[in-house]
Order: sequence, then structure tokens, then C-alpha cells
Amino acid sequence: MMVFDVISWSLLIGGSFFVLVGGVGMLRLPDVYARMHAAGLTDTLGAALILAGLMVQAGISLVAVKLAFIGIFLFFTGPTSTYALANACLGAGLRPLSADGTPIDPESDVRDAGGQDMGEGGS
Amino acid sequence: MFAVAAAAVLMAMSLLLVRAFMGPTVYDRILAVNSFGTKTMLIIALMGFLNGRPDFLDIALLYALINFVATIAVLKFFRFGHLGRSEIVASGDGPVK
Repeated sequence: MMVFDVISWSLLIGGSFFVLVGGVGMLRLPDVYARMHAAGLTDTLGAALILAGLMVQAGISLVAVKLAFIGIFLFFTGPTSTYALANACLGAGLRPLSADGTPIDPESDVRDAGGQDMGEGGS
Repeated sequence: MFAVAAAAVLMAMSLLLVRAFMGPTVYDRILAVNSFGTKTMLIIALMGFLNGRPDFLDIALLYALINFVATIAVLKFFRFGHLGRSEIVASGDGPVK
């Protein structure tokens, strides 16, 4: 039982670390695309590690099955909502920042030839 | 140990609330609220284990579902200005899908 406790605690500590890093990143990163990166870190690795730690703590039971369902659901919905958000941001005309801190020129982006119609087929 | 994880999630939630209040664009706020919902789900699960009664996981599962649907609905609303009224499509002055 001690071994399972150590595994569960290390998973929970790792998940807490990633959740905290994602929260700090949401506050400090410069634009919405970079912040999506931080939110994705939290939604995938942080939530998955915390749920895995709770599953180890629960053992083989109905609780572990429910936690697994939550994890599977997050695994599919997190990237979907992040993709929809990035698509909406591009459609609204927001440009990601380049390395020197200025927004990328729309003319230099070959994928953006359609302007506002960008990504209509995906929605 | 659940208390440490719950404290970390609560701290991240407070940072996300700051971002949701001062986000320059509406998409920053949507992103912050979406991530806040994910952390609400995590803290519901953690609180169940912290109290020794992990019976609230159904609520956490339902919260994940509602969070996803709400994010997609809000994004669609800000993109089209409505959530799909049929009379606008019929009258022809809205985006016909």
C-alpha cells in the first residue's frame, strides 16, 4: 500500500506543478496564442497527472472508472476547444506575435489569403 | 497530499481569474474561463477525495461536459452574433450555413 501512496503522491505533485506553471503562463505570456499554449499544458498534462494520481489512490473501483471517463473526455475536448478558439481568433483578425514582439504581417502569411473566410470549412 | 494539490489548483484558479478580468481581448477571457472550468472540475474531484467521500465525480464529469459545450457556444456566438436562429437564415441577411 505504501508503494501506491508514493506513486499517487508523486503524480499529484507533478500535476500540481504543471497546473501552477500553466496558471503563471496564462498571466505572463504576451498574447492569446501564447496563452493557449499555457492553457493546453494545464488541460492535458496537469489534469491528466492529477486524475492519474487520484485513480491510483482509488484503486480498482467505480470511482477509478469515473476518473478515467473524465480523463478521456478531457483528452478529446481540450484540443477541440483550443482549436476552435484559435480558429475564431484568426477569423477575428488577431495575428500571432513573431519573435521580435510585433504581430505577424497578414500579407506574409500564405494561409491567410482568404481573410475573414479563413477556416469556414472547419466550423 | 490532496490538500497540496487542491491549494495548487486554487492558486492557478486565482491567477486565471486575474487574466479573465484584465484580458485585453474577449478571446483571452474565453480561454481563461475555459481553463477555469477545467480546474473547477479538478477541484471537485480533489475535494471529494479530501473529504473521504469521492461521490462527486459525476458532478465533475457533468461540469466538463457543460464547460466544453459552453465554450463552443460562446465562440459561435461571438463569431456569428447569434446561436443559429432559423428566421435569419430564411430571410437571407445572415450567414447561411
